[in-house]
Amino acid sequence: MTGWAAAAASQFILVIPYFFWYCHVGATDMIKEVLTVSALNSRIKDLLEVSFELLWVEGEVSNLRRPASGHFYFTLRDDRSQIRSVIFRSPFASRMPFPDRRPVFDLEEGMHVICRARVSVYSPRGEYQLIVESMEPKGTGALQLAFEQMKNRLEQEGLFDAVHKKRIPFLPERIGVITSPTGAVIQDILTVTGRRFPSVDILVAAVRVQGSEAPAEIIQAIGRMNAVGDVDVLILARGGGSPEDLAPFNDEGVARAIFRSRVPVISAVGHETDFTIADFVADLRAPTPSAAAELAVPLRQELIANLEDLHHRMFHLYQRMTRRFRERLTLVSERLKDPKRRLADLRLLTDDRLERTHRTLRRLIAERKQNLVRLENRLGRVFPALRIGEQRAALDRTRKEMVVRIGKARERGSDRLHFLTAMLDSLSPLAVLNRGYSIARRLSDGKIVREAGNVSAGSDVHVRVSSGSFDTRVTRVYEE
Amino acid sequence: MAKDNFEAALGKLEELVRRMETGDLTLEESLKAFEEGTRLARICARKLDEAERRVEILLKQGEDLVVKPIPGEDRDDG
Repeated sequence: MTGWAAAAASQFILVIPYFFWYCHVGATDMIKEVLTVSALNSRIKDLLEVSFELLWVEGEVSNLRRPASGHFYFTLRDDRSQIRSVIFRSPFASRMPFPDRRPVFDLEEGMHVICRARVSVYSPRGEYQLIVESMEPKGTGALQLAFEQMKNRLEQEGLFDAVHKKRIPFLPERIGVITSPTGAVIQDILTVTGRRFPSVDILVAAVRVQGSEAPAEIIQAIGRMNAVGDVDVLILARGGGSPEDLAPFNDEGVARAIFRSRVPVISAVGHETDFTIADFVADLRAPTPSAAAELAVPLRQELIANLEDLHHRMFHLYQRMTRRFRERLTLVSERLKDPKRRLADLRLLTDDRLERTHRTLRRLIAERKQNLVRLENRLGRVFPALRIGEQRAALDRTRKEMVVRIGKARERGSDRLHFLTAMLDSLSPLAVLNRGYSIARRLSDGKIVREAGNVSAGSDVHVRVSSGSFDTRVTRVYEE
Repeated sequence: MAKDNFEAALGKLEELVRRMETGDLTLEESLKAFEEGTRLARICARKLDEAERRVEILLKQGEDLVVKPIPGEDRDDG
């Protein structure tokens, strides 16, 4: 393993000849003490670990291994020398309170790094090595680390959260631009906004965009832009530059000022590939200042075209709609019938219905009647009282009839009696006698004298008149 | 504020046209929509027709914030 070859370079080697020389030149008396190996290593350990307690070492990573333990083993080297190094995974391996000991980047073979480390001696083997506490890639260095750390912290606090992002107004009336008053950035923004929407006002807050004064000025400008009151959107812009140049936009105060701003902020810092803290906190990140201007302001021509299109569509729709309603109206009017005709129809219909209703009713009544009779018959059969009643009624009827008939018979009898009496009266000789007639009988034999010849002169005759009778003698007979 | 009005008006106009396009408006509703749409379109058009912009600079004088025009800074270059 090449690792062991490298390890050999870090071992202590006792240089024996020198030791002999030392012994030879000096006297045996001069040997005050003889150390054991472990005592020596122990001393070396004390010496080294105290002298090199914490230091920065720069070099290139090689022979990188990461066994199951999770610790990183590698050799840190430059063109002339090398030293064995280790990064322990366990936080307890560190005596220094590093907040973030693990490399924030991925450690790679050949990477040029700066390590914060201490020298450690492993006495059992007589080896020394670097215990690396933390590490940064060379070039970005501490700034980068600070950036990452602050970025993480602000992210934890929620400053980058989408829920806090304010909406960029669709058509601002006034745009606040925070940037350097000189240089291409402000010109680009003015040009682009002027081209896209010539009537949008621009309010510039001139600030320094690099150097130690810059953060305070930017923070102040954000505050002032908010104080002005009628700024609709802010563009915080800076042209490209080195990471150090962009540092003000990684300032925590600036980040918090952007977060606090009531006016939505578009950040446009550096080139497209540069990401600053300001970009993360801003409500919208533009890759460049020109892009920020485009994001802040709509294209007037597009709006006009859109508006005209909407207006046309609306007009045609309205026309189409009125036409459709007119057509419907015509259609409905045609279908509208004369009410009189409708009335006649209804009349016929009513008649028909009525007729059918009557028929049905009659049929129903007949059916019911039949039913009733049938039921009564059945009832009569099963219910004698009803028949008794019937019989009694018949009896009553008969009796009454009889009485009537008796009366009538009697009447008829008495009539006949009268008639007969009258008849008798008319036939009675007495009645005749009353009218002046008389009945003459021969006294001798009592025979009624009907003819003059029945008597002769000298015959005695009994004459009956109405009241009494008398005897007389015929003196002469006159025959006719 | 006029800027809100513009977007709101444009949004309303779009919504009106969309509703008219679905075609289930009554005649009265569509007449109303048409009138309202015309009014909104006029509002939007007025905003689009507005005059030249001002380019100003924000300064602090004493305790006061002042806004001053940037002389000769901007001409409408279309």
